[in-house]
Amino acid sequence: MGTPALRDFLGFRAKPPAEVIPVERIPGGLVRGAVTEICGPAGSGRTSLLIAALREITARQEFCALVDSSDAFDPHSAAGAGVELERLLWVRCGGNAGHALKAADLLLAGGGFGLVALDLADLDPGALRRIPPASWYRLRRAIENTPTILLVLDREPVARPCASVALEMQRQEAVWSDRLFQGMRFEAVCRKRKAG
Amino acid sequence: MFAALHSPDSSFPLLECARSFSPFVERSSGQTVVFDISSRNALERLQKLCAGAAAGVSAAVARNPDTAIYAARGLGGFTRIAPGREAEALRNLPLGLLGAAPGIRETLERWGVRTFGELGALPEKGIVERLGAEGGRLRKLARGEFERPLVPPEDEPRFEEEMDLEHPLELLEPLSFLLARLLDQLLKRVEAVAALRLRLTLENGAAHERSLRLPVPMRDPRTLLKLLQLYLQAHPPEAPIVKVWISAEASKPRALQHGLFLPLAPEPDQLELTLARIASLAGEANVGSPELCDTHRPGAFVMRRFAATRSLNRRSTLSAAYRTAGRPLGRAPSGTSGGLGPVFPQASRVEAVKAAPDRWPPYREPPQRVFRPPRQADGIWRNVVQAAGPWRTSGDWWTADPWARDQWDVALADGSLYRIFRDLASERWFLEASYD
Repeated sequence: MGTPALRDFLGFRAKPPAEVIPVERIPGGLVRGAVTEICGPAGSGRTSLLIAALREITARQEFCALVDSSDAFDPHSAAGAGVELERLLWVRCGGNAGHALKAADLLLAGGGFGLVALDLADLDPGALRRIPPASWYRLRRAIENTPTILLVLDREPVARPCASVALEMQRQEAVWSDRLFQGMRFEAVCRKRKAG
Repeated sequence: MFAALHSPDSSFPLLECARSFSPFVERSSGQTVVFDISSRNALERLQKLCAGAAAGVSAAVARNPDTAIYAARGLGGFTRIAPGREAEALRNLPLGLLGAAPGIRETLERWGVRTFGELGALPEKGIVERLGAEGGRLRKLARGEFERPLVPPEDEPRFEEEMDLEHPLELLEPLSFLLARLLDQLLKRVEAVAALRLRLTLENGAAHERSLRLPVPMRDPRTLLKLLQLYLQAHPPEAPIVKVWISAEASKPRALQHGLFLPLAPEPDQLELTLARIASLAGEANVGSPELCDTHRPGAFVMRRFAATRSLNRRSTLSAAYRTAGRPLGRAPSGTSGGLGPVFPQASRVEAVKAAPDRWPPYREPPQRVFRPPRQADGIWRNVVQAAGPWRTSGDWWTADPWARDQWDVALADGSLYRIFRDLASERWFLEASYD
């Protein structure tokens, strides 16, 4: 290691820890026995919210399942955020929305998970709109009267008729300091919440 | 004294020969048996047996079992090693005979250690410091100094059922009936099944085998049958079936005391079935629990078998229950009567804010969505408004698969943020992940 001036001259610097960018609270919370839909464009904080939920559930000694339609989950950043990976079942569906829905249905039918997340965020919205509404109603029926949370991540709201809570994620700003990327700030806006 | 008898020919009756010398016989791996031998007559008989037997049969007598085994495997013929001369006798044997774990073997090869003698000549303290207790054990084995008692195998009862078919079976449905019948017969004899082995003999003479290791002992024939059906659907035999053989590894049934305050967990029987069903959809390699590898290679992980056992509860379940009970609970929305309450606290208007460190431990990295494999970014032009980097990393240069790269975090004009890198070997650009 040299002096800061020398390191700057060489163009290399030790990477600092990123700033804390958790989604601390959500309007209405994630409700057990119901579908919560999180939608938003790429980079709007959907994954941050998902990882915050996984961390919260695994910290309660419960098990989680992530049905990852497009193999986009990053175990490293999840573990860095505090998710207990040994409590996480990860199903990679290789871009097949049908397999992802079927896998989520099987996991809900099997029961015992504190949270089942269905990540459809990288799939083509056109393909998602072609999913018959009956599939969403089937998922809602499967989760009713169970202590499981079903999170659906997507780009546009496709499961909203069946969702009890619908959140729209919006990116506010990226945080930079001294030319270093520190993290991002997001906002979660509740678009739908069934009165309890 | 201990004698080892080795034959590369699997048809040679090693066990019977050894039992003619001693009732205490240990079957070692790789067509070798070892037994205790004491009388001069027995030694002479063993020497004659070795000389008169078919080519390739070798025997060795030494002060400890492992020295006798290595000498029989490596020296050939009949060898008698006098006490105190073990290291000298084993000196020229190749290190591959030692049966070291692949990681240790690779390390020793990199050190240039090729024979028992070279390993035995290394200082014990240095070996243990670098390779741990296993390294010390291997050094003792190489010097012929490792002492242990014989471990004669126990004959375990075998639970098997088989059925020869008059007509070859081609369809899964009639096969399921047969499997159900065989499983019923098996489960009458065992309390619970820890593992199942299925062997289907095919019309073309080939065998189709599957071993099914269960996470917990099971005794529900329907669950076991369904697991076999799912396997056969995913891996159908390539020819009609003429014989069905099934074997069970018996175990004690699972006894479990449920508690009021235990956290939610899937039932192991049901989970196994669910995982098998999902694996038949998505592929076995795509279902599991990620485990990070002990390496600096970016994104390295392996998929482990997911096991929802309560033994994962590292903290006490009672304290977990108190922690859960301490969280704010609320009512579920109408129509969701099963709700136990929101996971996150209620708030009328919420913004994602920088968290208090005591409540949320800092992220090492903001959450990302990765592109697998990384997308080639050569020829893609976007307006980068801010960038951080490069972070130069490299590793595994001592293996056949080295990596070296310069990494940047970039913000584009549309507000999106990406992690990109330049592979230093190919000098190409890649898009690795987007921050989300």
